[in-house]
Amino acid sequence: MATSTTEIEADIHAHDDHHHGPEPGLMRWVKTTNHKDIGYLYLWFAFSMLLIGGAMAMVIRLELLMPGLQYVEPQFFNQMTTMHGLIMVFGAIMPAFVGLANIMIPPMIGGPDMALPRMNNWSFWILPFASIMLISTLFVDGGAPAGGWTMYPPLVLQTGAAFPMLIFAVHLLGISSIMGSINIIATIMNMRAPGMTYMKMPLFVWTWFITAYLLIATMPVLAGAVTMLLTDKYFATSFFSAAGGGDPVMFQHIFWFFGHPEVYILILPAFGIVSQIIPTFARKPLFGYSSMVYATASIAFLSFIVWAHHMFTVGLPVSAELFFMFATMLIAVPTGVKVFNWVSTMWKGSMTFETPMLFSIGFVIMFTIGGFSGLMLALTPVDFQYHDTYFVVAHFHYVLVPGAIFSVMAAAYYWLPKWTGHMYDEKLGKFHFWMSTIFVNVLFFPQHFVGLAGMPRRIPDYAVQFADFNAISSIGAFGFGLSQVLFAYIMIKAVRSGKKATDQVWDGAEGLEWTLSSPPPYHSFSTQPIVK
Amino acid sequence: MTTSTSTDNQHYFVPDTTIWPFLASIGLTSLVWGFIQILNGNSGKFMMIAGAMVLFFTFFRWFGEVIHESESSTYSGWEDKSFRLGMSWFIFSEVMFFAAFFGVLFYARVLSVPWLGGAGEEFDTHKWLWDTYQATWPTNGPGNVGGDFGLVAWSGLPLVNTLLLLSSGVTVTWAHHALKHNNRQHLIWGLAATVALGTIFLICQGVEYAHAYDINLTLGSGIYGSTFFMLTGFHGMHVLLGTIMLFVVLLRSMRGHFTAKNHFAFEAAAWYWHFVDVVWLGLFIFVYIV
Repeated sequence: MATSTTEIEADIHAHDDHHHGPEPGLMRWVKTTNHKDIGYLYLWFAFSMLLIGGAMAMVIRLELLMPGLQYVEPQFFNQMTTMHGLIMVFGAIMPAFVGLANIMIPPMIGGPDMALPRMNNWSFWILPFASIMLISTLFVDGGAPAGGWTMYPPLVLQTGAAFPMLIFAVHLLGISSIMGSINIIATIMNMRAPGMTYMKMPLFVWTWFITAYLLIATMPVLAGAVTMLLTDKYFATSFFSAAGGGDPVMFQHIFWFFGHPEVYILILPAFGIVSQIIPTFARKPLFGYSSMVYATASIAFLSFIVWAHHMFTVGLPVSAELFFMFATMLIAVPTGVKVFNWVSTMWKGSMTFETPMLFSIGFVIMFTIGGFSGLMLALTPVDFQYHDTYFVVAHFHYVLVPGAIFSVMAAAYYWLPKWTGHMYDEKLGKFHFWMSTIFVNVLFFPQHFVGLAGMPRRIPDYAVQFADFNAISSIGAFGFGLSQVLFAYIMIKAVRSGKKATDQVWDGAEGLEWTLSSPPPYHSFSTQPIVK
Repeated sequence: MTTSTSTDNQHYFVPDTTIWPFLASIGLTSLVWGFIQILNGNSGKFMMIAGAMVLFFTFFRWFGEVIHESESSTYSGWEDKSFRLGMSWFIFSEVMFFAAFFGVLFYARVLSVPWLGGAGEEFDTHKWLWDTYQATWPTNGPGNVGGDFGLVAWSGLPLVNTLLLLSSGVTVTWAHHALKHNNRQHLIWGLAATVALGTIFLICQGVEYAHAYDINLTLGSGIYGSTFFMLTGFHGMHVLLGTIMLFVVLLRSMRGHFTAKNHFAFEAAAWYWHFVDVVWLGLFIFVYIV
């Protein structure tokens, strides 16, 4: 997705005297302090992790294509589900959003770069090392972690040589996220152009502002949790062992105190992206801008007091179950505000349906399906039936795949012409959207049915009455996987031979980033614009 | 949104390309990779030391560059604000790290230990599992994990340590006032006193740990030993880091760095020191006294 060096150098502002262009060769990417270079690194990294995590999903669905054990051992199957979760959450979705933040926030707020460019480089360059550490667990004694991405003790403590690698990979990923988030917050607070007040910021900037806060507040808690796992295994502590007065359930509380805000970390930037794209193609300003900001903040606040809805069946006191049920259902209110605002933005707009808009509308509809199944799961007595079934798998995949990942694809189609100066192939883009949308529903919708009928998650084999729906689901998975190869092809084709894009790119697009050339100069706004 | 470009806007300093972050990643990865090898029973000591050295060298050069830029007036108030925001939010992340361990302490003391003794739902399970177990704090659980242990009295070294840290908070503030009034001598003395108090604190903590192990209070003494050593241990590591930061600031002050208006590094170290101080007060109350 990177533009060629010469193009960028030609675009460097004339008065930008003590700034240099990119270094030649590979060292450009190793040594860069430029927000766009680092952003592209994040995106390429996230895409390769998406393919690796996706390949693991294919193994899972292949084994589940038919009842009985066909292709892999149960232990390896469990390694696949665990690693698929960890890689997709920490390797694919989060870095993709951080990459988009890096590329887009400075131009959107009229800043020259990120506030702390050297630390920005470090935030990225920890990631490949941490991921290699995580993925290489597949090749050590005892294989990769297989106790689920949530790392519950005591099961996770049975992991072999992979155990300390898992713990430290999570630590490194956490350090990277915290530094990235500190940088994003400092950038938003300090780099805005004169006149760019908080309530004028584009919604993508707002959602990332709040997401970064969530990350800084919760990643250290995850670090604490995995540190306690480490000391329980190697240094004789008893945090999660009842014999020593500890409690294994305590891990779940700490983990989900991180984990629930984490799911909003994975979706708030998506809300931001969609809130940028829908007004552009509806040719109307975003409906209810300030209510969008307050809804995002409310979701962030509520995300801290709902964690135990992941644990309704562990034996919580009834008062706790009631509290967490009602608090969780409250989240539907600000989320509903958002969905209605998107719909109202489109209402009576002069709509066109280019690929980014299609992905955004797909997002709104399918995220809402995931939101409703979430509301069902929030009901404590009902969750006793649904807990740890495929219904849960269907629920969170609806919010993460046609939710978070669709938003990243929408963002890629929407901003690629700005980044590279080249348009993608609209016909192929639309084809990619329809393939993805059809197959993602074939993949995940049947999982609701098998889940409600009682099929548990994280098993390599199942009772024969679930066979038909599982076969359909697997076919959807293979189709969805193949469609993403098309995505890579469209992106590369656009960079290589796409027709020239204008600076405005989309006639309905508003915001500072569209006042820059396509591709933009190496340092976005070396001289800050004044926003009136 | 209408925009126009101003011509007299100030220029934000975007640093040139740099190799330090990449090297720091290599150092950090080698450090933890060595530790992983040791935990898995392989030899990893050399790798750990090599990683730590790379990391130290990298930070030395990286921060050296930043200090040079700062002293050669590369930064204006604009860049300074980025550093301040960065440090504040970093300290917030540290607060959340300690919050996790305090959360564990409260959860164990208020909820899970009483539950082991049958509190809450009033089931009788505990009578069948561990009839004689007294579910009161301090405890090492129904398994008497690690064996019987003694307690460290709050009125001994912990009280001394509290006084040490509180007075170090005073000395660092004294140094700050001296810096703001261009009194270099008092600045240096104030910082030296703070570093000394921090070092004495760490020595006292070491002595206290040795005493704790003598009375069989160890990291393996059930949930009490776990929370006691993890909370005080991580706090001690942060005191060490804070002391190193203040020591670097002291050396820089002796070289004539900082002015009454421009001294972000001093303030960052001082903020960090006050944070460490506040965490200790929490520890003193909830780990030692109550």
